Amino acid sequence: MLLKDMKKGQTGQIVRVGGHSALRRRLVEMGLTSGSEIYVEKYAPLKDPIELIIKGYHISLRVDEATQITVDNVR
Amino acid sequence: MDQKNFTIALAGNPNSGKTTIFNNLTGTRQKVGNWPGVTVEKKEGHIHKYGYDLKIVDLPGTYSLTPFSIEEIVSRNFILEERPDVVIDIIDSSNLERSLYLATQLRELDCCKVIFALNMRDLAHARGIKINARKLSELLDVPVVFTVGNKNEGVDALLKKAIEVAESDSESPKKRKVKYSKDIADSILRLQNFIENQQIENLPYDSRWLAIKLIEDDELVKKRILQQTESKTHPVLDEAQVYRRRLTALFDDDPEIIMTDERYGFIAGIIKEVVTTSTKQRVDISRNIDLVLTNRFLGFPIFIFFIWAMFQLTFTLGAYPMDWIDSGVAWLSTSVDAMLPSSLFKDLLVNGIIAGVGSIIIFLPNILILFLCIALFEDTGYMARAAFLMDKIMHLIGLHGKSFIPMLMGFGCSVPAIMATRTLESEKDRILTILITPFMSCSARLPIYIVLAGTFFSAKAGTVIFSIYLTGIIFAVITGRIFRSTLLTGADAPFVMELPPYRVPMVKSLLIHMWDRSKMFLKKMGGVILIGSIVIWTLSSFPQNIRYSMDYDSEISRIKAEFETRIAASNGSESRVLEEKRDSAVSELLKAQKAEKTEKSFMGHIGKAITPVFSPIGIDWRGSVALLTGFVAKEIVVSTLGVLYAGEKEDEDALSKALLSSNMTPLAALAMMVFVLFYMPCIAAIAAIKRETNSIKWALVSIAHTTSVAWFMAFVIYQGGKIIGFN
Repeated sequence: MLLKDMKKGQTGQIVRVGGHSALRRRLVEMGLTSGSEIYVEKYAPLKDPIELIIKGYHISLRVDEATQITVDNVR
Repeated sequence: MDQKNFTIALAGNPNSGKTTIFNNLTGTRQKVGNWPGVTVEKKEGHIHKYGYDLKIVDLPGTYSLTPFSIEEIVSRNFILEERPDVVIDIIDSSNLERSLYLATQLRELDCCKVIFALNMRDLAHARGIKINARKLSELLDVPVVFTVGNKNEGVDALLKKAIEVAESDSESPKKRKVKYSKDIADSILRLQNFIENQQIENLPYDSRWLAIKLIEDDELVKKRILQQTESKTHPVLDEAQVYRRRLTALFDDDPEIIMTDERYGFIAGIIKEVVTTSTKQRVDISRNIDLVLTNRFLGFPIFIFFIWAMFQLTFTLGAYPMDWIDSGVAWLSTSVDAMLPSSLFKDLLVNGIIAGVGSIIIFLPNILILFLCIALFEDTGYMARAAFLMDKIMHLIGLHGKSFIPMLMGFGCSVPAIMATRTLESEKDRILTILITPFMSCSARLPIYIVLAGTFFSAKAGTVIFSIYLTGIIFAVITGRIFRSTLLTGADAPFVMELPPYRVPMVKSLLIHMWDRSKMFLKKMGGVILIGSIVIWTLSSFPQNIRYSMDYDSEISRIKAEFETRIAASNGSESRVLEEKRDSAVSELLKAQKAEKTEKSFMGHIGKAITPVFSPIGIDWRGSVALLTGFVAKEIVVSTLGVLYAGEKEDEDALSKALLSSNMTPLAALAMMVFVLFYMPCIAAIAAIKRETNSIKWALVSIAHTTSVAWFMAFVIYQGGKIIGFN
């Protein structure tokens, strides 16, 4: 499934980060590597952006960007 | 004895406490400027310690050395081209895994000596994280020092270590690098050999690093190689493409993504060996604060409250020191006036320089408070939350969440607002924000609305002024969208933003922050305003020998003499009435003389010359002159109107009456207000635009953009209103 479909409080595992190459590279460099665990901390009051926890720190992405990320093992 | 010079660069992720350590190292002996060619803040400090002359450079905070943003390019170029003696990588211990990404890249650069500073170890301890520094140092072959920046712990040890490393002449060791998987490692090695066999003269970089970067398709490195040959291709680049294609086919993905993955894999291995995390889950205070501050229901009300509080502080608290400065300037002006004999020079000093610079310096308290509030937002970590909350709304305009604060500040003064766009990472967002910020009607324009709306729309003045502000906001949005699809096209900058933990800000760093920016305001704006004031003064006081329509001086003495005889012939109460009559007659004449003087000055001539431009929007030559002076500072517009219409600077009632009895209609007043709302910002703001965008081009674009929108809108309102039948 896609990261943007995950709900608040769910944990998943990143399968692949898509998108145009510069953004993709930036996301991977920020630690969104395939296989790493990602936790959805919350959505902003207007439902966009999303706050995530990865590798022990908090990061926010727009829903647009979260659409490019496929996840697995969501629980 | 010769003192030894070393350059020490501080690198690290944003929010790693880099600036705190920099402040601790250099104290107040720091210089802030811009990196050449780009508007990224450059901080440098010189210190003499332990018998050395040390230059400490604070590199912009970056997550990696991949040229993704200006900050990263600046940091990378500094390390590659300037070759500092030592690079200290400041690492947030509580965020070790991600921090090590930059660290491994620095090691891979292989051009200077690197030290790791494991900062904020107390925070890491609080989160149950223990780091084995000796093991880390062994595994990466790098000296490691623990520091707690905000308590100034370990900073001296860090400096000593840096000097020790700089003194040692051992080449940085070639082992202990990121180990890539076999296929990638093979390609790197083979490309490296190929590069070395090419016998390129003055190879700019280390050959292994060059090979890695070319396989990663690094644009800047490719450009640099092409510079060497001055042709469109280079055998090394062609060879690199062969390896890239091979690896892409093999992994079914871009090599740079695979290599980033592998670096993180390597880091994960290190983390496993050096970090022990106690399983006990502790309370995460920062997360709890965020549960409230970015809460679904409370987030926005709290945000609005903070913004309101910031404005209240800035303008209410700031009003007191403003009064003091105002009376100080007035005192200076009167004492200079009293001290010097009447001369052209005195006139320049009092009415040109003191009045002009005084009208700007009065904003210093506002600016200090505003920047203190912004520093507070930034240093606590709230700024990132504000962007998080506002991003959805700002994204609709094609902007970034962080653009909100500068735009909001625009209601106060465009100058600090334009300077506040520094918090935006993307250059495009920054320029767009700078271009639309002047439409956030600044506080100096308010007195003009008050006079015009108060005079012509007395009962509905409040509504009219509110609509003017609203029109500004709507046009900021519309023109923002237009710029987005014309001059500043391209994909929106992604909103990949770290939400750092909340921290208690340090007073010292808050003050340094505030003062740095205010100093910039004073220095640059002061110069521009000084010149502007002199120009305006010159234009309005020359030519000196005006041929008046009547001889005011003899007329005044004639009236005085006439009243004199009548007063002499009258008794007590009658003579008092006559004295009053005499005084008012004289002052009427003086006003008329002053108005005529302005009319016949160069300023008046210019005003009359441009009347054809302004008459279609219902503004006569007096309005035109007043609007022209608004280019120096919007504060001057009302006083110029006062001089031209009523012959009086300060009295607003008199101006109001004079405006009503002139041939200005309510419709023309509305058109003028709209023109004032949109037209070009003052010189100080233009100077700020030029400096912050680093190009005269954007300053000119801003002038053209604002003024053409202003004229067009005023034209539509005035002519349209006349057609509909208003007047």
